[in-house]
Amino acid sequence: MKPLHLIPDDVNIPFLKFRKIFYIVSMALVLASAALFATKGLNFGIDFRGGILVEIKTEGPADISGLRDKLGSLGLGDVSIQEFGAADDVLIQLQRQDGDEKAQMAALAKVTEALGENVTIRRSELVGPKVGDELKEAGFYSVVISLLLIMIYIWFRFEWQFAVASVVALLHDVVITVGFFVITGVQFDLATLAAVLTVAGYSINDTVVVFDRIREYLRKFRKMEIPDLLDLSINSTLSRTTMTSFTTLLALIALFAFGGEAIRGFTMALIFGIVIGTYSSICVASPLLIVLRLKRKIPEAEEGQEAKA
Amino acid sequence: MTQTDPVKEHMLYFTKWKAALVLLVCALGVIYAAPNFLPSGTFPTEASYLPGKQINLGLDLRGGSHMLLEVDTDSVLRERYDALADTIRTDLRQEQIRNRPREATANGAEITILKPEDVEKAREIARAAEPNTELSGEGNNIHVTYNAVARKELIDRAIAQSLEVVRRRVDELGTTEPSIQRQGENRIVVQVPGLDDPSRLRAILGRTAKMNFHLVNNEKTAAEARATGLPPGTMILPAADASDKAAGIREYLIDRRIVVSGDNLVDSQPTFSDGRPVVSFRFDAAGGARFGDVTSKNAGRGLAIVLDGEVISAPRINEPILGGNGIITGQFSVQEANDLSLLLRAGALPAPMQILEERSVGPGLGQDSVEAGEIAAVLGLVFVIAFMVISYGRFGIYADIALMMNLILVLAVMSVLQATLTLPGIAGIVLTVGMAVDANVLIFERIREERRNGRTIINSIDAGYRSAMSTILDANITTLIAALVLFSFGSGPIKGFAVTLAIGIITSMFSAIWLTRLMISVWVKRSRPTELVL
Repeated sequence: MKPLHLIPDDVNIPFLKFRKIFYIVSMALVLASAALFATKGLNFGIDFRGGILVEIKTEGPADISGLRDKLGSLGLGDVSIQEFGAADDVLIQLQRQDGDEKAQMAALAKVTEALGENVTIRRSELVGPKVGDELKEAGFYSVVISLLLIMIYIWFRFEWQFAVASVVALLHDVVITVGFFVITGVQFDLATLAAVLTVAGYSINDTVVVFDRIREYLRKFRKMEIPDLLDLSINSTLSRTTMTSFTTLLALIALFAFGGEAIRGFTMALIFGIVIGTYSSICVASPLLIVLRLKRKIPEAEEGQEAKA
Repeated sequence: MTQTDPVKEHMLYFTKWKAALVLLVCALGVIYAAPNFLPSGTFPTEASYLPGKQINLGLDLRGGSHMLLEVDTDSVLRERYDALADTIRTDLRQEQIRNRPREATANGAEITILKPEDVEKAREIARAAEPNTELSGEGNNIHVTYNAVARKELIDRAIAQSLEVVRRRVDELGTTEPSIQRQGENRIVVQVPGLDDPSRLRAILGRTAKMNFHLVNNEKTAAEARATGLPPGTMILPAADASDKAAGIREYLIDRRIVVSGDNLVDSQPTFSDGRPVVSFRFDAAGGARFGDVTSKNAGRGLAIVLDGEVISAPRINEPILGGNGIITGQFSVQEANDLSLLLRAGALPAPMQILEERSVGPGLGQDSVEAGEIAAVLGLVFVIAFMVISYGRFGIYADIALMMNLILVLAVMSVLQATLTLPGIAGIVLTVGMAVDANVLIFERIREERRNGRTIINSIDAGYRSAMSTILDANITTLIAALVLFSFGSGPIKGFAVTLAIGIITSMFSAIWLTRLMISVWVKRSRPTELVL
């Protein structure tokens, strides 16, 4: 049996010809994401906002509106109540209470008391204002620091054009993934932040594979025009790019469907990020090298070495 | 290529010891991962390097409570500065220097000297009052603070005491393996696995449990004092929820002086009196003597039992209590009486604590999460395995074997390191399943290309491994960077994700490169293929 070739061997898609379209699409997505982020904002979970979360299991299907009345009358501000994966599973979230840590504690006590004996508390989380602020800060730094470290590594391994292009592609992915969160209103918490960072790692991984090939071909095909060379590089790594994305997606889809409600947002972010990351390494990162005026600049001496190596 | 020894340069050439090493790593992986598939306790686990340990499940998977507490170190300093100001004022009085105290803060003790000509001398006295202090202040004001070393020592001691008290309180709950650790300067992390009801933990950790006995003032009531001013040396304290509010008393006017301190308590038990839950207590010898003395001399007055700034009860002293035993009555439920006696037994915290963060997972949810994670992991694995075989035939099978070996290695490394597996950690493993085959995809795609370019089978395989190497390294290092940053910044569950992702990336480089190469090399040697179906 002949193995399946997801991408035909003689694939030759002139990606660079469409680069203007990619630029426009990407630019639009990035700008839209940024605008949404600025206007609508992320739906931060209690990890970052501070507040209270209680997951309960009821006997028989939950009476959501009854719960809403009961908890809404406690005077604890916004109470969000939603079904969580099953009819008898309910997620209750309270906004951060005015006042200090003690106020949060008191609110949690009120909620558990109001819920009564007939429900099982599956999970309860309380994040005080202090920790919420700290987690937000730590989250911000972790994104900035990993981006910086990745950039430094790429810079160290490649010419500066590659470093800039890969980081632009990376930012592109991160911004659009965040935009995805704004649009869908999926809650942004510690786990989803971890997903965004993983997307960053994956996106750069994908880009590096294509760049490695470009660097190799720059040495091999000395006469070829740069756009043709980029197209050739993308096409010869296209099979790998799609294969890896596909296997990763297969695993993630299993996780999305069966991994439970608690990590669904996290998995969704990863799935979206990987699709975007694959697109950007093919359609954004490599064409950007032209914008950055990538040139062959292998000095004579080094050329001699290359030939020997 | 500088052709030193063409055979040994070849990527498909394995020396015997190299092949043995690869197999040894695999064997160790299987041995160390095995306990996870057997019932716990199958192996003795004394020696840390021997196999037998299972992976540590995080609280989100086994159920339990995580609490982050902050010790109010300011209050420790405030108390100490209060005491320091008292010492200095006693010394000043001996020298007949008139002065006025100012409210002590966490920033230092402050005293105002009334006569300017005394200031110089007063400064000397203040300087000499205690070692390790620093003096400042302008004009008539004297400001004394501890130096940084002494401050740190004070705080460290308060935290150490708090840790001890918290440990005693948590131990009273009778759960297994609670973990109580200091975090940063003034925080304590408490993790109690397998706790059904976190509200109990909350109730016993959220209280200072400082209990003292004061005499109730017999000149005025609290209401009168509010109207006409406090007599010297008294204060007004509210009545606690659990006190006898039936009497309609909301506040008490009590003497500031502590007649007997809760530090002298040696035991406390919940019990019943007239069918109502009460808390009994017993003093040590010194406390018992003082208690007897006070109750003898003050018959007819009220004795206020003050817990954390609230009056629990203030019974009238009818007769001297000499044995050093007593009971506290109040409107307690059985649970409250249990909790209060537990707190009194475990001792008071040196400073109030606040719960900054709490995350509790019930055992049912933890179990569900583990099951969901297992199903997702197995299905993800099956999908990927099938797809690799469809895409790469024989080589796909090799990659699949490597993939499973990789999972075993991840489990083995986590068992040896006793790393904690969390729900996001399971996601990290599933993600690794998808990404681990990347190295093989890179290699196999390269081999296909080289074949198309007309190279021989062996040369193609060789070139595939050789040229994919630097790419694999670059790609994995960037992901590793993200994982490491996540590990250093993330908290609990997220750390678990970073750990499995990082371990998975590292082990996948071994399994996807070395193990598949060994398998392919054996296959090439055995069957001398003339055609490569890839």
